Amino acid sequence: MWTKRLFKRITEPVDPWLLLFVLMLVSVSLLTIYSASNESMAKISSKLVSVGVAFSAMWLIANLRPQQLMWLAPIIYALGLILLFGVAAFGEITNGARRWLDLGIARIQPSELMKLAVPMMLAWYFERYEANLRLKHFGVAALLIAVPMILVLKQPDLGTALLIAAAGFYVLFFAGLSWKVMLSLLVITLASLPVAWTHMHEYQRQRVMTLLDPMADPLGAGYHIIQSTIAIGSGGLFGKGWLSGTQTHLDFIPERTTDFIFAVYSEEFGLLGNIVLLILFLCVIGRGLMIANNASSVFGRLLAGALTLSFFTYAMVNMGMVSGMLPVVGVPLPLVSFGGTAMLSILIGFGMLMSIQRDRKLMKN
Amino acid sequence: MSRRTVLRDHHGERYSFQLRLLVAITAVLIGFGILLGRFVFLQVIQYDKYHTLAESNRISLVPIPPSRGIVTDRNGVVLAHNFSAYTLEVTPSKLPGKLNDTIDALAGLIEITAKDRRRFRKLLEESKDFESLPIKTRLSDEEVARFAVNAFRFPGVEIKARLFRHYPMGESASHLVGYIGRINDRDLKKLEEDERLAEYRGTDHMGKFGLEQSYEEVLHGKTGYEEVETDAGGRAIRSLRRSPPVAGSNLVLTVDIKLQQLVEQAFGDRKGALVAIEPSTGGVLAMVSRPGFDPNLFVDGIDPVSWRELNDAATRPLNNRAIQGLYPPGSTFKPFMALAALETGKRRPHDAIADPGFFILGNHRWRDDKLDGHGMVDMVKSIVVSCNTYYYKLANDMGIDLISGFMGPLGFGSKTGIDLPGEKAGILPSQEWKRKAFKRKEQQRWLAGDTISIGNGQGYNSYTILQLAQATATLVNNGVQYRPHLVGFIEDSASRERRPVEPQPAKQLPYKPAHIEVIKQAMVNVNLAGTSAQAFASAQYTSGGKTGTAQVFSLKGAKYNASTTREELRDHALFVAFAPADKPKIALAMIVENAGFGAQHAAPIARKAFDYYLLGKLPAAEAPAPAQPAPPSPPPSPPQSPIEEFMSRPHVD
Repeated sequence: MWTKRLFKRITEPVDPWLLLFVLMLVSVSLLTIYSASNESMAKISSKLVSVGVAFSAMWLIANLRPQQLMWLAPIIYALGLILLFGVAAFGEITNGARRWLDLGIARIQPSELMKLAVPMMLAWYFERYEANLRLKHFGVAALLIAVPMILVLKQPDLGTALLIAAAGFYVLFFAGLSWKVMLSLLVITLASLPVAWTHMHEYQRQRVMTLLDPMADPLGAGYHIIQSTIAIGSGGLFGKGWLSGTQTHLDFIPERTTDFIFAVYSEEFGLLGNIVLLILFLCVIGRGLMIANNASSVFGRLLAGALTLSFFTYAMVNMGMVSGMLPVVGVPLPLVSFGGTAMLSILIGFGMLMSIQRDRKLMKN
Repeated sequence: MSRRTVLRDHHGERYSFQLRLLVAITAVLIGFGILLGRFVFLQVIQYDKYHTLAESNRISLVPIPPSRGIVTDRNGVVLAHNFSAYTLEVTPSKLPGKLNDTIDALAGLIEITAKDRRRFRKLLEESKDFESLPIKTRLSDEEVARFAVNAFRFPGVEIKARLFRHYPMGESASHLVGYIGRINDRDLKKLEEDERLAEYRGTDHMGKFGLEQSYEEVLHGKTGYEEVETDAGGRAIRSLRRSPPVAGSNLVLTVDIKLQQLVEQAFGDRKGALVAIEPSTGGVLAMVSRPGFDPNLFVDGIDPVSWRELNDAATRPLNNRAIQGLYPPGSTFKPFMALAALETGKRRPHDAIADPGFFILGNHRWRDDKLDGHGMVDMVKSIVVSCNTYYYKLANDMGIDLISGFMGPLGFGSKTGIDLPGEKAGILPSQEWKRKAFKRKEQQRWLAGDTISIGNGQGYNSYTILQLAQATATLVNNGVQYRPHLVGFIEDSASRERRPVEPQPAKQLPYKPAHIEVIKQAMVNVNLAGTSAQAFASAQYTSGGKTGTAQVFSLKGAKYNASTTREELRDHALFVAFAPADKPKIALAMIVENAGFGAQHAAPIARKAFDYYLLGKLPAAEAPAPAQPAPPSPPPSPPQSPIEEFMSRPHVD
């Protein structure tokens, strides 16, 4: 009897659809990591631990009410900003960039936190002023995005800065930013590209150039893109079969459990596998947008929409980069790549989605 | 704020939000659509390209060099073979520091001589720096072990097991067996032009001289390949497929190496050449050129000092005198002249002349060896006593056109086509030759006086010892002429199946058997009672021969230094011979440079060769003494011109 109650208590906050799709993606992840790591059980158990941690976090968040999330939003945002300033002041330098902050107990990357904090903060902000939204509110919102973005840009971490900006922009978009403004933003962005180019760091320009012409330096900067493109292309329709990717198992694919894991998957499972993966991602995105549509509050709607589109962005950017369409930026394939931190932040986001969905159920009841 | 407005606003907002959700979904679908398009492009449309790229990433073709065919003499004695040994090799481009530092450090482990260093530096100049070059070859097991322990200190240096060519006979027969050497840029270019470069992947050496060069394609074999799966770091993971190499074919020579060595020892320090041919096949039984050289020096790349010593030596040890040295045949030409006289009807055997000791044409006098002449001389006597006057007159009677018309088909003045590279054609004097050879008009005309000394094998006559030997063999073989050859059989190294090289006669020359008999008999008489009778005293077989002496001077030497030493200007001793007389098994021609009279210096060597070849007799008493390479011959002080520039001096008083 108590087991049934416990089961109910555990499953009650969880959205079964979202959970199903996430579990399927995690299965893909485990299969691919096993292959990419040359059948390392250590890698798998380590991944399972981070999956466990991330799922627990998701469950805990799912138990919160959206109101509580709203209450937390400015706090987390403020905390994130402080940490970002901290990084700028005392951050550790790795690989020429100042991204990490050593808090004594753990090293954290505050820019990662900002990916969640910015959409939360903006959703909170628009919830507050929902009754009479004016252009100036959008102006304030833009500032809320710009400050963390510029801080991250200074680290420098162009990729994350853009992702933070994108998450914030999605909130603006769902909040009803006028089409005219968005159009002019687009024009301004395009017009400022040449200016941006001159302000980019050498390695960033290099990455763009590499994308445009990977063969210019086939053993240097172009190597990653060339080898991952070869892996994908040689996978063909049905792939070379699980554990049989030659590019994977002979070490031709770099970073193949993390950022380039899609090349491994694609080599072994082919176009058919890619379609399955795209469908799984679509299901997650569809469910997320459905939750956004059903949300009972502005906060819930905006947050759910923005988190879902962020998830789409990660997937799109990663697959675009690995297949040689976008420059190489350090974005893992969500839920599939090995990294624990990325998984944690994604599932925390999904916990919020579940919380928003659950709130609606509660209200109905 | 009333509740209603809020609600209405809610509805409006909700509508606007749903519109934007639709836009978002559309954007997502477009995004994934682009990705899908990209995947279809890569995985379906360009699949072949990427499949090939992945395969070439993964599979590398590792060539397996074939083992080179071995060379044996007619009795199976090995003249060239391979053995496996370890070499210490350096890939200059892989070295972390300076090349010399590495070599110095290596020298602490393994003895690296100054010669090794010179050799390596020369190799370095001739190669690309990503090639693996041997710094030290033929390591002992102990040296291999010592390096293996320290290998971690030497990135870019490794021990490789390789097949080495070895010539167990050393100097002996070196001119005909030849040697292999490292493939250089010029060889590569040549191979590329011939579209044979692929066959040489994995092979560092190729034939550079002698039979090793002329039979390169037979000896080399076919390169095998192993398909090896390699990872991104270039490490071999496993072997996928293997097509084994096909070993090169073996060469079985017609040469009898014991005969060869016996002749070489008989020459001792003297310079010269000898070619012995089996008349019934054209197979070369021995081809000697003295002095010789050790072909083993060339195998690993010769060091510059040794190379200069060999190449610049006045005695020209690298020249194969048997096919590259051009000499006037002297009196050894007389039997052929006599045959020409019979065949052209200018003389009958018994036609005799009175020899006063000289021949006069116009206001020139040509002298005989014997001042007061040989008296009445017929054809046989002319050969036995080697009467010059007989042949001055004969040549004058025949005229140059008839002489060159007869000597040409016998092989004088044209390449025999022997299976060795670098053969010289020599000069068969004729009106046409003179027209082409001289620039000035007045020199181009053939003079009647030019013909006179031709009959005695002097004048413009200039032939190889091989041509002389071939002509002798053809003569005693009743005019059946074979192309002389050194390789009797090509033997498949796996099945041991033998394929003969020279099965059919090349040419039948239309000589009357009776005429040939006269000449042969006269030559038999030479060995019995003539100039070489002493050398052939109490032989257990009948043999024929003809001695010759070619008077020599070096044009250049005479020009540059009037006081050239006597030895250089001393006459060449020549000899042609065959035995046994009734059915000759061996015919030879030879020259001992600057030795003087032929009977004294050349004929005894021929006697030894015949005694061994026909009777199996080895000159026991003499064998050890001249066998050892004698101390280097005294360096002649004045520069000596190459032997092909030696010219005969006509008998002109």
